[in-house]
Amino acid sequence: MAEIQSYTMNFGPQHPAAHGVLRLVLELEGEVIQRADPHVGLLHRGTEKLAESKPFNQTIGYMDRLDYVSMMCNEHAYVMAIEKMLGVEVPIRAQYIRVMFDEVTRILNHLLWLAGHGLDIGAMTMFLYCFREREDLMDCYEAVSGTRMHATYYRPGGVYRDLPDSMPKYQESKFRSKKEIDRLNSIREGSLLDFLEAFTEKFPGCVDEYETLLTDNRIWKQRTVNIAVVSPERAMQLGFTGPMLRGSGVEWDLRKKQPYEVYDKMDFDIPVGLNGDCYDRYLVRIEEMRQSNRIIKQCIDWLRENSGPVIVDDHKVVAPTRVEMKDDMESLIHHFKLFTEGYCVPEGEAYAAVEHPKGEFGIYIVSDGANKPYRVKIRAPGFAHLSAMSEMVEGHMLADVVAVIGTQDIVFGEVDR
Amino acid sequence: MTDRYETLAARIDERFGDQLTRVASICGELTYVVDKADLHSVATSLRNEGEFGFEMLVDVCGVDYLNYGSAEWATSSATGTGFSRGVEREPVILDESDEFDPQRFAVVYHLLSIQHNFRLRLRAFTGTDNPPMIGSVVDIWNGANWFEREVFDMFGILFVGHPDLRRILTDYGFVGHPFRKDFPLIGNVEVSYDVEKGRVAYQPVTIEPRTLVPRVIRDDNRYSEDLKDHVDG
Repeated sequence: MAEIQSYTMNFGPQHPAAHGVLRLVLELEGEVIQRADPHVGLLHRGTEKLAESKPFNQTIGYMDRLDYVSMMCNEHAYVMAIEKMLGVEVPIRAQYIRVMFDEVTRILNHLLWLAGHGLDIGAMTMFLYCFREREDLMDCYEAVSGTRMHATYYRPGGVYRDLPDSMPKYQESKFRSKKEIDRLNSIREGSLLDFLEAFTEKFPGCVDEYETLLTDNRIWKQRTVNIAVVSPERAMQLGFTGPMLRGSGVEWDLRKKQPYEVYDKMDFDIPVGLNGDCYDRYLVRIEEMRQSNRIIKQCIDWLRENSGPVIVDDHKVVAPTRVEMKDDMESLIHHFKLFTEGYCVPEGEAYAAVEHPKGEFGIYIVSDGANKPYRVKIRAPGFAHLSAMSEMVEGHMLADVVAVIGTQDIVFGEVDR
Repeated sequence: MTDRYETLAARIDERFGDQLTRVASICGELTYVVDKADLHSVATSLRNEGEFGFEMLVDVCGVDYLNYGSAEWATSSATGTGFSRGVEREPVILDESDEFDPQRFAVVYHLLSIQHNFRLRLRAFTGTDNPPMIGSVVDIWNGANWFEREVFDMFGILFVGHPDLRRILTDYGFVGHPFRKDFPLIGNVEVSYDVEKGRVAYQPVTIEPRTLVPRVIRDDNRYSEDLKDHVDG
């Protein structure tokens, strides 16, 4: 008699734990997963093709929208690739600002990851705690770029502007009392650096709070320990990078191994896992937040002491200021050329990679000497991680699928591009 | 180019000889062109031999060189008509041709050696076949699976020996390969919800392609040949 051995289940694309638009076709035997087939591309926007139709600078904004929880790191890889081809040397102050905001971004990303991962496997409170701290960092984004998320702050040659001396403040409304507003604004009186320094003072305590809730929590451990174990050999074979690779015990961090900007002057440690399971990857990311906090502190100290230009003074690449533009004919011409045509990048190719919160985020640009890239390829870490989905969930229970999606820190903006 | 990379380049030249041809780089990166027939054996050696140890494939990228180096504005002579935004695109060759220019499609592999901390780029052209074909490296680096699916989806390059070559990013039932240079940026079809039929309906695109900023290639003496790394031989 024919017997039904396994059945197929559709997970997503509109499942709250799918972190966006992931459609998973799961082959189950009872509640045990035999095979998972992720269907991606529901958020495909053709960023690479769009980039080919625009001058170089107009694509920076698209980079924010790739991995939309670690915006500035995406921009960083893109501008680094262009700088590599142009041979532009970034001013030291801009390098410190970039490193500082890369680490702010890493904390932003890991907080969202912790919030989502926690929520997926039953730790509701995490979501509220993490979003509380995220809000402060979003304010830093807003202070420096005017937007809370899609900053477009990094430019080839440096950053768009220097750090502001004041923070945006809350305004009185019928929803908030005067007393409440004063309390919220009391930490926003100083400059951005003051605000960020106050944040770095309190943040380790916040991480302790998260750890109190999760690290020794019996339910959390039951859901993560020994789930989706990846050996170091398999992790490298599958193209894992970032915390996914370090969780498996491979000590590999581009910030240390192939340092860019001023990471070689920073004092920080790389956390590495032992068993390569979801719990180890959780511990690695938690420790990364603490290390990022250390790096931010070092950057703040340096930035307080030293001033200087934040973008190169080469008007073939960087537009002159508005004041200069109104004043000087040559600046006007530069301004006009840069905003109508852009700059031509020499013929050749370059690959620039940064240690993105999720792994190695790389931009490969082929230029034929024109004012637009000939080909841009975005190497998204999440794409490689998600391709290992089937291998990671095989033999686990249906409920572990969300734990694996969580541990991979999937964001569809970058997977689908 | 640092000394470490020159040492690696010397070792690669010695080991692979004519199989790999070095390409000059503008920013100190090591790039080799490999014949697609040699790709599999070279890649296996690069991965397995201890002195190279490229245990990770970081990225696989397709490139369509169809209109490489062509600009939409003449910049070396004066124009009699003035520059206008309207750019007439030259007609491009159709996919139906039996043979492609052998330099048209390339697959670029970015390798990473974690033990030696090296990066290496390999480029293989797919030759004249239509559809373009190249051997798969999934058996060497398992992580290549989705990357090759993506290249197939976007460029229509077939990977011989790939276990599961399906489209990955485009819609179910999508026609064409969107990242080819002869595929219009605005696409070929648009979708809308048809109330009467009660389903999503496809129709040819109704918007006009626009070029807001023309493609311009300017000679710039700052980027003259002297600035490039020179390769001996």
